Amino acid sequence: MVPITTLHYLVVAAALFVLGVIGVLTRRNVVVVLMSIELILNAVNLNLVAFSRVWGLHGQIFSIFVITDAAAEAAVGLGILIAFFRNKETVNVDEVDLLKW
Amino acid sequence: MLHLALFTIFGAVAVAGAVNLLVQRHPINSALSLIAVMASLSVEYLLLGAEFVAAVQVIVYAGAIMVLFVFVIMLLNAGEEELTRGSRVAILVGIPGVLIGAVLIAWTLVQHSGTGEVAIGALPGRPETIGWLLFHDFLLPFEVTSILVLIAIMGAVVLAGRPVPTSQQPRKEA
Repeated sequence: MVPITTLHYLVVAAALFVLGVIGVLTRRNVVVVLMSIELILNAVNLNLVAFSRVWGLHGQIFSIFVITDAAAEAAVGLGILIAFFRNKETVNVDEVDLLKW
Repeated sequence: MLHLALFTIFGAVAVAGAVNLLVQRHPINSALSLIAVMASLSVEYLLLGAEFVAAVQVIVYAGAIMVLFVFVIMLLNAGEEELTRGSRVAILVGIPGVLIGAVLIAWTLVQHSGTGEVAIGALPGRPETIGWLLFHDFLLPFEVTSILVLIAIMGAVVLAGRPVPTSQQPRKEA
C-alpha cells in the first residue's frame, strides 16, 4: 500500500491545470473558456491547500482569497459577455473583433 | 487505506470531469461536469484537513459561481459549438509546447518528490483558526478583497444592465 504524499495531490493539480490551459487555448465558446479559467484556479487552490498541510495554514487563507477573486472574475466576465452578446449576437471567441483595426 | 481509496476515487472523478469539460460540445454539459470536478475537489480538501476551504468550495464555487454560469448559458441560449479546422501554426507550435510543458511539470514534481506524507485525521484548518488568521494576520488583504468584490458587483451591474440612453439622443419622455 502506497502512502499518499503531497506529491499525489500535486499530480492531480497539475493534470487539472494542463486540462484548463488546453480548454482556454482550444475552445471557441467564451463561456467554456471562462469555465476553463475556473478549472485553472481550482488547480492552484489544490496546490495551495496541499502545501498548507506541510507548511502551515497560510496556504488555506490564500486559497480563500483565490476563491473570492474567482467569484469577482466570473461576475465581471459574464457581465462583459452579456454586454457583448447584446451587440454582436455571438459567443465565439474568434468573432470578437471589435478592437481589430 | 481509506485515505488511499478516497483520494484515488475522487481524484479520478476530478480529472475525468475536467476531460469531459473539454470533450463535450454543448456548454451546459461542460458546466455540469465542472460542478462534478468542484465537488470532488472539496472531498480532496477534506482529506487534506481543510474543513473550512472545503465548505467554501461547495458554497461559493459549486453553488454561487456555477449557478451564475448555468444562468448565463441559459440566457444566451448558446447551442453546440461548431468546430473550425484549426490552423497549422497552432499544431506546429502547440504540440511541442504541450510536450515541453508536460516534461517541465513532470521533472519539477520528480525533483521535489517526498515533500511530506499527509495523514488523514487531525484537521488543522478549522473555521476558528482560519477566522483568527483572517482577522489578525490578514486583516488588510481581507478588507482590500471586500473592496474588490464591491467594485466587481458594481462593474457587473453596469456591464450587464440595460444601456442608459445618452444625452445626445433625444429621449422619448422629453
